[in-house]
Amino acid sequence: MGRYLGRKFFIYSLTFIFAVTINWLIPRFMPGDPIMVLISRFAGLPEATKVIHSYLTKAFQLDLPIWRQYLNFWKALLRGDLGISIYLYPKPVMEAIAEAIPYTLVVLLPAILVSWILGNGIGAIAARRRRLDSTLLPLFYILTATPYLWLGILLAWGLGVVLRAFPIAGAYGFSLQPELSLRFILDFLHHWILPFLSLCLVMLGGWAIGMRNMIIYELEANYSRYLESLGASQRLIRRYAFRNAVLPQVTGLALQLGTIVAGQVTTEVVFSYPGIGYLLLQGILNQDYFLIQGCFLFIVIGVLLANFFVDLAYVFIDPRVRYAYSGGR
Amino acid sequence: MSGGREILYFALRNNKLRVGVGFVLFFLILALVGPYIARYDPLDYVGPGYHPPSREYWLGTNTFGQDIFSQFVHGLRSSFLVGLLGGGIATLIGLLVGFFAGYMGGFVDELLMMFTNILIVIPTLALLIIIAAYLPYRGVLIQSVIIGFTAWPWTARAVRAQTLSLRAREFVDLARISAVPTWRIILYEIAPNMLSYVFMVFILQFGGAILAAVGLDFIGLGPTRGISLGLMLQYAVLWNAVHLGMWWWIVPPGLAITLIVGGLYLTNVGLDEAFNPRLREK
Amino acid sequence: MLEVRDLRVYYRTLKGHVQAVDGVSFSILPRETLGIAGESGCGKSTLANALVLLKPPMEYIGGKVFLGKDELPIADYDAMRRFRYRRISLIPQYAMDALNPTRKLGRIFRDLVMDLGIPFDGDLKRKLRERLEFVNLPQTVLRMYPFELSGGMRQRVVMVQASLLDPEVMFADEITSALDVSTQKAVVIMLQGFVREGFVGSLAFITHDLSVLYQIADRVLVMYAGKVAEILPCEKLIGGCRHPYTKLLLSSLPKVGLRHTEHPLVGIPGQPPALLSPPKGCRFRERCPEAFERCTEEPPLLEVGPGHLVACWGETGDA
Ligand SMILES: Nc1ncnc2c1ncn2[C@@H]1O[C@H](COP(=O)(O)OP(=O)(O)OP(=O)(O)O)[C@@H](O)[C@H]1O
Ligand SMILES: [Mg+2]
Repeated sequence: MGRYLGRKFFIYSLTFIFAVTINWLIPRFMPGDPIMVLISRFAGLPEATKVIHSYLTKAFQLDLPIWRQYLNFWKALLRGDLGISIYLYPKPVMEAIAEAIPYTLVVLLPAILVSWILGNGIGAIAARRRRLDSTLLPLFYILTATPYLWLGILLAWGLGVVLRAFPIAGAYGFSLQPELSLRFILDFLHHWILPFLSLCLVMLGGWAIGMRNMIIYELEANYSRYLESLGASQRLIRRYAFRNAVLPQVTGLALQLGTIVAGQVTTEVVFSYPGIGYLLLQGILNQDYFLIQGCFLFIVIGVLLANFFVDLAYVFIDPRVRYAYSGGR
Repeated sequence: MSGGREILYFALRNNKLRVGVGFVLFFLILALVGPYIARYDPLDYVGPGYHPPSREYWLGTNTFGQDIFSQFVHGLRSSFLVGLLGGGIATLIGLLVGFFAGYMGGFVDELLMMFTNILIVIPTLALLIIIAAYLPYRGVLIQSVIIGFTAWPWTARAVRAQTLSLRAREFVDLARISAVPTWRIILYEIAPNMLSYVFMVFILQFGGAILAAVGLDFIGLGPTRGISLGLMLQYAVLWNAVHLGMWWWIVPPGLAITLIVGGLYLTNVGLDEAFNPRLREK
Repeated sequence: MLEVRDLRVYYRTLKGHVQAVDGVSFSILPRETLGIAGESGCGKSTLANALVLLKPPMEYIGGKVFLGKDELPIADYDAMRRFRYRRISLIPQYAMDALNPTRKLGRIFRDLVMDLGIPFDGDLKRKLRERLEFVNLPQTVLRMYPFELSGGMRQRVVMVQASLLDPEVMFADEITSALDVSTQKAVVIMLQGFVREGFVGSLAFITHDLSVLYQIADRVLVMYAGKVAEILPCEKLIGGCRHPYTKLLLSSLPKVGLRHTEHPLVGIPGQPPALLSPPKGCRFRERCPEAFERCTEEPPLLEVGPGHLVACWGETGDA
């Protein structure tokens, strides 16, 4: 078990190093000299000369040898220094990201959780009933094929504009300040529902399809057939199949994370929801490279952490992994 | 009934396959023919803005008075192009890496899989963003290439597993014992056995590339010139088509993507059922 | 005691019916071990599975089965539930992976028994412990997962599970095939013990290896291409068998005493017929050295001695 997690940790560390390296490499070696673009963009801002001298030279240090530049980049990073945002000048990128992260998580995590649980449940039911299966399955396929952002737009238009049931932009009303009052919380939830729904529904389709296929596969496994030969009820057979089918769905969670993150980013853009995705959009529209890089790094870190948690969970729920790496007990 | 005929028999009778191929073909034909029957240039300002569908403007016009039907069919074209190129490149790289790793084994395998596993964890969109953001000029071609170069890892992993299981089969051993050159084993023994599998992988990558491109376009990293379905949606949102209730601007691009990608998925499942007798029963 | 009369079970496939069990009749007496032998693909597993769990793609075509005083409703999936496991049981050919990989073995035993509405109480637990001991497994296996055991151990767990409710008949399908010679011997002795101790009323032991049958069986049923070729007491097997197929099977064994598990039938030229459209008449006739014109008709199952039945025109004296 320790070995298993150790191995995973090793891969994730490499991944992190790889991501940071890309982050360092790309602005330096892309065509079009992005660093000059960056410097010229800073030039227009107040107190720019000071910034350019104090920060940009330090950040890029183009006069130093390459390996020194790389090393210093790491040093700055480990101090939590991701540069200064142009768009939110003079806010440090780190600060901007720290403010955005809660908004992203508050939509993302419940959406993943709810869709995973509901999707697995519905998929399991579909695997049981032919009729239901043949009507639900096409629906699930359409759902997974829907771009998150388009479902978001449709929901915003249908529920937000036509029915006027929900607000379609921002995380809370303009007149409010974040505080722990009932009024704020209700307003927050009101804004939260549509982004949550569009994320949740698309994911739901994928989980349901996965679960349905896995259950059908498990029901054809030898152990299911043998249980049947010994007269076990369908209830017991299904219970076993369900449990074993859930295991790959947990791994699926890790595998799907990339697409889910993409969905989150675009959904935030649709609803102007002030999370990382929205921040990223601002960075892109304003050619704010420090901001883009910071968002990239944090997305990677988030995904790495999530992967690690999934691995950890997997060790606890699948005895095969637990024993395969502990060499007996 | 021979194997090929049997597969064809099931393929033609598979409803998922029929519906899936139907959707894809419909939009493919629209993408091929559409630009010739569209009356206007997609980027020209040809009429009044905010115009709902009419005989003059089949799918209406957008805020600036551009013809949406024309944008739509040209956007379809670039979507199919991205799917074909991006999906093709991703499949090819995945195939080569996975195949090589699985066939060589040992150190090469370890190294390639390590790299693959690293890339698998990094979200494709994030990687795309960081690369695309720094490109001063972006076209559909470059976009496809970037997508292709970031989307291959899971294909490599799957292909490697397939290769390993095929390599373990007797006929490959037999060929080895009889000192047949490696390339012949690969070309005549392994490749044919993997053909159907590769084709299905390509279909999934095709859909994945289309979806990835839409995401990129939507957050402002689309083609700097020209039009695409993702760009249409981006402009629609930026120019408040949702608030203004301009459904003719927001429905067609998304619907087309959903039906194309959904059609590709269904095609994939249908083919799987046709190729794989165990899944056939009904 | 089990009695099977003219049982026909086919596989329904797209190309037609595979006649895997086609008019098979036999009986197993109480406390008896019946050996069922035949080449790969002759329908042995189909026979055993059909008697326990008959479901698509298998299709019931005809025949009757009696277990003790009751008729077994083998074609009725739900009605059979009353009989499965409690009265007729099976150690499947795939015994080594017949157990749910993610449950501890103790849980697997308990879940199944309770699912059948039988209390998993002190008596049953004691019985379980005794049986585990009987097959030389430590009690600790109950706290392990199937993948922690070796294939042979898993198989013995399945032996215990299949016989836990003291069924009247138990089918053991190819359980010695994947084992080495000394383990084969141990398993055979254990199964003999199962019958002796009354864990199972009677035993049907399926194998393609006549030399193993010779050790364990009281009577032997030789199947060929979905049909019964010969049924005879075990002691008559050597020297007393009458069907040309049985003779060939025996002569293809290298020597009694020398074991021979791989390709025991290299000695018989030709292939068994495809069961999708088998030839009319005797199905062995194309490979039979003694075949004559009459063999194009269906041979009757003749009694040629006490407990000795042969399906061969050569026995009618017309030859
Ligand atoms: N699911 C199935 N569908 C169609 N035909 C089948 C199926 N299972 C078995 N058969 C056919 O039925 C015949 C009998 O198969 P069976 O498994 O009973 O053979 P067997 O005597 O147990 O062989 P072995 O010694 O290899 O286990 C074979 O010709 C086989 O091809
Ligand atoms: Mg068998």
